[in-house]
Amino acid sequence: MAAAGMGQQWVLVEMVQAFYEAPAYHLILEGILILWIIRLLFSKTYKLQERSDLTPKEKEELIEEWQPEPLVPPVPKDHPALNYNIVSGPPTHIITVNGKECINFASFNFLGLLDNEKVKSAAQASLKKYGVGTCGPRGFYGTFDVHLELEERLAKFMRTEEAIIYSYGFATIASAIPAYSKRGDIVFVDEAACFAIQKGLQASRSNIKLFKHNDMADLERLLKEQETEDQKNPRKARVTRRFIVVEGLYMNTGDVCPLPELIKLKYKYKVRIFLEESLSFGVLGEHGRGITEHFGINIDDIDLISANMENSLASIGGFCCGRSFIIDHQRLSGQGYCFSASLPPLLAAAAIEALNIMEDNPDIFQTLRAKCERIHKALQGISGLKVVGESFSPALHLQLEESCGSREDDVKLLKRVVDYCMDSGIALTQARYLEKEEKCLPPPSIRVVITVEQTEQELDKAASLLKEAVQSVLN
Amino acid sequence: FEQAPMYVAVLTFLGFGVGTIFGYLRDFMRAWGLEKRNVAAEREQQKDFVPLYQDFENFYTRNLYMRIRDNWNRPICSVPGPQFDLMERVTDDYNWTFRFTGRTIKNVINMGSYNYLGFAETDVNALKTVTIELQKYGTGICSTRQEMGSLDKHVELEKLVAKFLGVEDAMVFGMGFATNSMNIPALVGKGCLILSDELNHTSLVLGARLSGATIRIFKHNNMQSLEKLLRDAIIYGQPRSHRAWRKILILVEGIYSMEGSIVRLPEIVSLKKKYKAYLYLDEAHSIGAVGATGRGVVEYFGMSPDDVDVLMGTFTKSFGAAGGYIAGKKDLVDFLRTHSHSAVYATSMCPPVAEQIIRAMKCLMGLDGTTQGLQRVCQLGKNTRYFRQRLHEMGFIIYGNDDSPVVPLLLYMPGKIGAFARRMLEKNIGVVVVGFPATPITESRARFCVSAAHTREMLDTVLNALDELGDFLHLKYSRYSKSSHPELYEETRLELED
Repeated sequence: MAAAGMGQQWVLVEMVQAFYEAPAYHLILEGILILWIIRLLFSKTYKLQERSDLTPKEKEELIEEWQPEPLVPPVPKDHPALNYNIVSGPPTHIITVNGKECINFASFNFLGLLDNEKVKSAAQASLKKYGVGTCGPRGFYGTFDVHLELEERLAKFMRTEEAIIYSYGFATIASAIPAYSKRGDIVFVDEAACFAIQKGLQASRSNIKLFKHNDMADLERLLKEQETEDQKNPRKARVTRRFIVVEGLYMNTGDVCPLPELIKLKYKYKVRIFLEESLSFGVLGEHGRGITEHFGINIDDIDLISANMENSLASIGGFCCGRSFIIDHQRLSGQGYCFSASLPPLLAAAAIEALNIMEDNPDIFQTLRAKCERIHKALQGISGLKVVGESFSPALHLQLEESCGSREDDVKLLKRVVDYCMDSGIALTQARYLEKEEKCLPPPSIRVVITVEQTEQELDKAASLLKEAVQSVLN
Repeated sequence: FEQAPMYVAVLTFLGFGVGTIFGYLRDFMRAWGLEKRNVAAEREQQKDFVPLYQDFENFYTRNLYMRIRDNWNRPICSVPGPQFDLMERVTDDYNWTFRFTGRTIKNVINMGSYNYLGFAETDVNALKTVTIELQKYGTGICSTRQEMGSLDKHVELEKLVAKFLGVEDAMVFGMGFATNSMNIPALVGKGCLILSDELNHTSLVLGARLSGATIRIFKHNNMQSLEKLLRDAIIYGQPRSHRAWRKILILVEGIYSMEGSIVRLPEIVSLKKKYKAYLYLDEAHSIGAVGATGRGVVEYFGMSPDDVDVLMGTFTKSFGAAGGYIAGKKDLVDFLRTHSHSAVYATSMCPPVAEQIIRAMKCLMGLDGTTQGLQRVCQLGKNTRYFRQRLHEMGFIIYGNDDSPVVPLLLYMPGKIGAFARRMLEKNIGVVVVGFPATPITESRARFCVSAAHTREMLDTVLNALDELGDFLHLKYSRYSKSSHPELYEETRLELED
C-alpha cells in the first residue's frame, strides 16, 4: 500500500517536473486548446441557415397573401368533348343518338353480342340468384362461383393454365404491369400504345424506352444498346427485369404487331413479352383466340396476355391469362384486383354465355373479317381522307390527308363530316384523346367500327355517305 | 385508440419471430430438396431469363400467409346478404392447393360483406326495374363516355346523385377504384401539393402518385399535424425553388375502412377555409351508412356540402352495385367531363347496375313512396350502436367511432388470426380477418361490417359466439370494459380511475 502510494506520488512529481520543463509555447498552445474545447462544449449548436428566419408576423402575412389557382380552370362552352352524344336505349346495331335513329358504326360491339337473347337471359338468371353487386373485394367474400367458372372457361378457351378477372377493363393492364415491373426495371413499349398501358407504366416507375411503331429494327437497336449497358454492370443486369409491352391490334392505328419477330427477339435478348389483346381477342384467329392463333404461335411463348371483355364479349371487365407461375402473383399484388370490389355476377354470367356463343359459332370470325375487307376497299377511294388500319381490322381510323394547319381546325372539320353522316343515319364518332397527357398523340381521326351485324348494303351506304360528306365539307 | 397491454405486444413479436425462423428453415429445406416445392415454376426455356420475382419479396407470402390462406378468397354461391352460402373448400396439402367438395355450407351469417343498408337482395319486387332495364339494354356498352357510351340512364343517374347529395352536378364512373386513380391526376399536377392522411386507401395513394404532385402525409386524423404541414407549405413554398404552390389538395376519407374512425370534418373544413386549400372527401364507406338520412359524413356533422370541394364516393358498399361518382360544383364536373381519363378512355357504367343505384337512391330519398329507406338507415344506426356497446362490455379492444358500422376487433397475434376465423366458420359465422400488409404488422384484426339487414337475433348469435371465442382465445384485452351491471363489479370502477 505504501509502495503504491509512493508510486503515485512519484508519478505526480514526474508530471509536475515535466510541466516545468516543457517549452512555454507548448504550454500556451495546450492551454488555448483546452479553453476552446470548453467553449465548444458550452456554446449553442450552429444551425445551417437553409431557411430564412421569419418573424411570426411575416409568416401570417405570407399566409394571408397566398392565393391558390382555382381548383379547375373554366371550360369553354364550345369545348368539343363537353356535350356528349346521348344515346337513348341500348347501343346496339340500330342506335338512337340525340333522338335520331342511326346505324351504329361507333360502338365496339364486334360480335353483335350486346343484345343477344341468350346472353341477356343468362344475366337475368344470375340477377335472380345473386342480386346486382358483390359488396366486397375478392379476398373478403367477394369471390363468387361464377367468377371461378369464368376464369376456368377463359383459361380453357385461350389454352393457358390460368386466368384472372378484373372488374374494369382499363384497370386490367394498368394493374398488371406494376405488379411485375418495379422501379429500376426496363420496359420497351411501342409508341402507339394505348393510354391504359401508359398509366400502368407510369404507376410502375420503371425505365421506359419507346420504340417506333411496329419498327423491329428500332427495337433491336434499343435492345443492343441495353446489352452494352449490361456488360458494363453485370451485377445490376442480373437483377433488372426486362419487358416488352405491345398490343395485338393497336387501338390508335389499327394494325397488328409483328409477333413472330418479337418472339425471336425475346429469346435472343432474354426479355419477357406482355401482350395486350383488347381489340384482337374475339376478332383475330380461326377461333377468335387472338393474335397468337392468327400467327400460329405457341401461347406459352407469351408471358402474359391481357384483354378487356368490353369489346367482343360485350360485358364489362378484363382478364389476364398465362401460366400459373405468372398469373398467381397478381392475386396478391394486382392493385385493381385486391383493393377493388369484384365484377358483378350478372356481368360474369353474361361473359360466360358470350364465350359459349363464341365457341359454338366459329364462323362469325370469318364473316367479320370479310366485312372488314369489304369496307376497307370501299373506303379507299375517298379523296381527302386516308384509311389507317389493316384490311382485317374491325376498328379503322379515317384521317385527313392534308391537315388544315392546326389540330383544332382538323377536329372541327372532322366534326362537320361526322355531323353530316349522323344526320343521314350513320352514327360515327371521332377518336377522343386527352391531348396533354398522351405521350405520342395520334392525329385527329374518325373512328369506324365494323360489327358482324352490319349488312352489306349498310356497309356500302356508309362508304358512299362518307364520300358525299367529305366532298360537301371540303368544298 | 386504445393501446394493448405490453405483454400482448411482446407475444406478438415473439409469434412473428418464430414464424420467420420456421420460414427460413423451410426455405432452406426446400432449396436443398428436402421438402417438396409446391410453387409453380418458371418455364424450362426461360430458365436463364432474369428471375421474375425476387426470393425475398415473396418470403412473407410463402411462409406466413400460406399457413392461414384458407381464411381469404372464400367463394360464395348466393347473394351476399345478411346470410349467405359458402362453398366448402378443403386442402390436402396445407393450403397450397384447394379442392371443392361440392357441398355448400348454408346460411352462414355474413359479417364481412360491405352491405351496410342491405341492398344486396334478390327480392323480385325490389329488382323489378333492374330486370326490365337488363332486358332492354343488355349488359355491355362497348364505348367510352365521350364517344358513343353516354346513355340516357347515365344522365338520369347523375341528376339523381346530385339531388341526393345536395350539390350542383355529379358524374359517375364504372369502377370505384378507378374513380380515384383517374380523376386525381386530372385535378392536380406538377407544382401542386397533396396532403394525404396516413391511412388513406390504395386508390387515393395511386391517384396521388400518378398525378405527379408532391405528396406529404399527416398523422391519422391529427389536426395539429395537418395545420403544421399547411403552414409550412404556404410559408416555405416548393422544396427547392421556394415558389408558391399552385394548389393544395387535402385527401381524406369519410370512414377509414381498417380503423372505423370518422374524419374530423368540421375542423378540417375550418382549416381549409383559413389556409385556402381544397378538400377531397372520399366517402366510399360513409355514403349511405352515416348521417340521419344516409347522406354521409357531411350530414353527420351537420355541415353543408358546399364546404367540401370534391365529394367522391362509391356505389359498391351501401347501394349494392358497382361504380363511383364525383360530385361538386358545375365547373368541377364540366372539367371532369372533358379532362378525366375515365371519360376518354374507359367504358362507362353498365345500365342494369345504373338502374340498381337509381332504385336504391330513390328508396333512400323516399321517392318511391315508402319510408323503407329511412327505416334502413335507422336500423343500421341501431344495429351499429348495439353491436359496439356489447363488444365494449365484453372487454374486446375495438377501434373507431361509436357510430361507424365498420368495427375492427384487435387480435394482435398472428396465430390467433387463423384460429379466430376458422372457429367462427365452424360456428357458421363468416368474418373477415386482416393482417400485414393491410394493417401495421403488430395490429392484426378482425373486421365486422354491420348491416341494416342483420336482425337482433343474428347479432346476438354473433355476439355470443364472440364471447365464447374471446374467452377461449384470450382476446379480451381491454382494461376498460364497461359492464352492463356496474353495481356488481366494484373493481372495474377502480381500474377506470388509473
